[in-house]
Amino acid sequence: MKSQAGYEKQAGIKGENGLTNAMIIKNIFGFIVKYGSLLLGAAVAIIPVLVVIIGSFKSKQEFLTTGVLALPKNFTFDNYVTAFVDGQMLTGFKNTILIFIASIIGKLLLGTMIAYVLDRFHFKMKKVILALFLIATLIPGITTQVATFQIINGMGLFNTIWSVIVLNLGTDVIAVYIFLQYLKNIPVSLDEAAILEGASYFTIYRKIILPLLKAPMITILIISGVGIYNDFYNPFLYMPSPDLKVISTALFAFKGPYGTDWPVILAGVIIVILPILIVFLTLQKHIYNGVSGSVK
Amino acid sequence: MNKFKLGYDGQRRLIIVLFSALPVFLLLLFSYYPLLKMVQYSFTNWNGISPTSENVGWDNYIRIFTTPEYFSVFKVSLYYFFATFVQLGIALYFATVLTFKVKFANLWKGILFFPYLLNGVAIGFIFLYFYKGGGTLDTVLSFLGLEDQIRLWLGDRSINNISMAFTSIWRYMGFNFIIFLGAIQSIDSEIYEAAEIDGANRWQQFRYIIMPSIKQIIFLNIILGISGSLSVFEIPYIMTGGSNGTKTFVIQTIDTAFKFSKVGLASAMALVLLVIVIVVTLLQQYLTREKGAK
Repeated sequence: MKSQAGYEKQAGIKGENGLTNAMIIKNIFGFIVKYGSLLLGAAVAIIPVLVVIIGSFKSKQEFLTTGVLALPKNFTFDNYVTAFVDGQMLTGFKNTILIFIASIIGKLLLGTMIAYVLDRFHFKMKKVILALFLIATLIPGITTQVATFQIINGMGLFNTIWSVIVLNLGTDVIAVYIFLQYLKNIPVSLDEAAILEGASYFTIYRKIILPLLKAPMITILIISGVGIYNDFYNPFLYMPSPDLKVISTALFAFKGPYGTDWPVILAGVIIVILPILIVFLTLQKHIYNGVSGSVK
Repeated sequence: MNKFKLGYDGQRRLIIVLFSALPVFLLLLFSYYPLLKMVQYSFTNWNGISPTSENVGWDNYIRIFTTPEYFSVFKVSLYYFFATFVQLGIALYFATVLTFKVKFANLWKGILFFPYLLNGVAIGFIFLYFYKGGGTLDTVLSFLGLEDQIRLWLGDRSINNISMAFTSIWRYMGFNFIIFLGAIQSIDSEIYEAAEIDGANRWQQFRYIIMPSIKQIIFLNIILGISGSLSVFEIPYIMTGGSNGTKTFVIQTIDTAFKFSKVGLASAMALVLLVIVIVVTLLQQYLTREKGAK
């Protein structure tokens, strides 16, 4: 390692002291392209959100008379209050949190249970069940909504919070896969040792498997959590009642009554994205790992 | 040992049934049963409410392929399809740049990635604000002295799907970027160092080291992009509701089912899309396997 770093340094020094002018020019050019493109990319990512933040702090009067890039002269939180109170954001957060907690607990339990059984035991239906889970990944959920709606309706779950929770539990195949992959690397000898000491299979699941699956559980918690928080379509279709609004549908409802009241809409947007930004800033590493893990 | 305890064989049976019953039931109920139901509906003229419906044979399918109104929406998918390649190109570029030594690498990484985590409805509003008359884009263009380029970004039929596709790139680029970055970083860094000592420049390193190593991941992302571009829904639905020629196949299907109460026809449409997506996915698995074998 040390010698490699040394090589790098040597190469770097050579480049900077440059024996030829061409090399210096090339380096400067490379520097400009590299940081120029990064700055451009970052600007494109940030500016659309930045102007929303700026606009959300302006009074209606100031908003109409100033440009989108002009900073607010008098900061006002009125838009946030209006968005939060009149926009039923509190109801939205409450329902989103309820769905989040119930779905995540359910997903983690059901996912680890089925993965434990599929990885540790051999039985007749095992191959069939594995195949069913695999093939299900091919079916994009949105295409089956037409019929899913009839099923939810038939179960009497339409316009209840359970519709979305049940759908979240029933359609998470990725979680099962992630657990299966991790289980493969947990040696069976651990289970065998526990059996020698008289532990039941249930005890093994609870005392050995669950604690060892903590890492993938965190991955799924974050990835599914972001998905549930941002879910628009299921709540929109299955929970149209006003007191069953989640944050996505609460924000979507701003389209009507606040049609042109941009400052309030912008404040609503910031209220919705703020929690995710905070989660991102605190859990960056886990999120990156989770995203790459969900593809493998 | 507890004498009330079941033998391991009995226990084994119990835990298999107990632990798999609910997950398998939910899987069947929400992944396979809807599929079955959809096939059944697709041959009827059911409206979703009435207790009766007539069998119409293949009429629904024939209607989809013979009525331009129904299949022309696939043209809209082409915009998202091309956007996929732009998106992958940008993602690959930034992933490569950030693989080599860059100042503030984590900051750039975070900024380029965060749009992917944002709420779809929020993104819809952010870009309604971005494209609106006198909005962000118009202001930036004026600032750059390009006032004459200003258009009705979401109203003008010649450009609104491009505006929408750009929004889609903005939203999803970070996902591909993180995937590519992970793939590139798993390449042994000694290979670059050796190449550098041999005098390979950055482009050569990209072309001959990075590209071949992550070919499969790129391919996987292209296929994900294709099926994604066929099933675009949220962004156009939230931003324009599908008006002014921005309707995608999924919006059309959902509207047919829930707005116009033609569940039979909508089921046939959903199945057509499903078949296309499955064919594309299987093709990808077949092709990547071929490549993996080499």
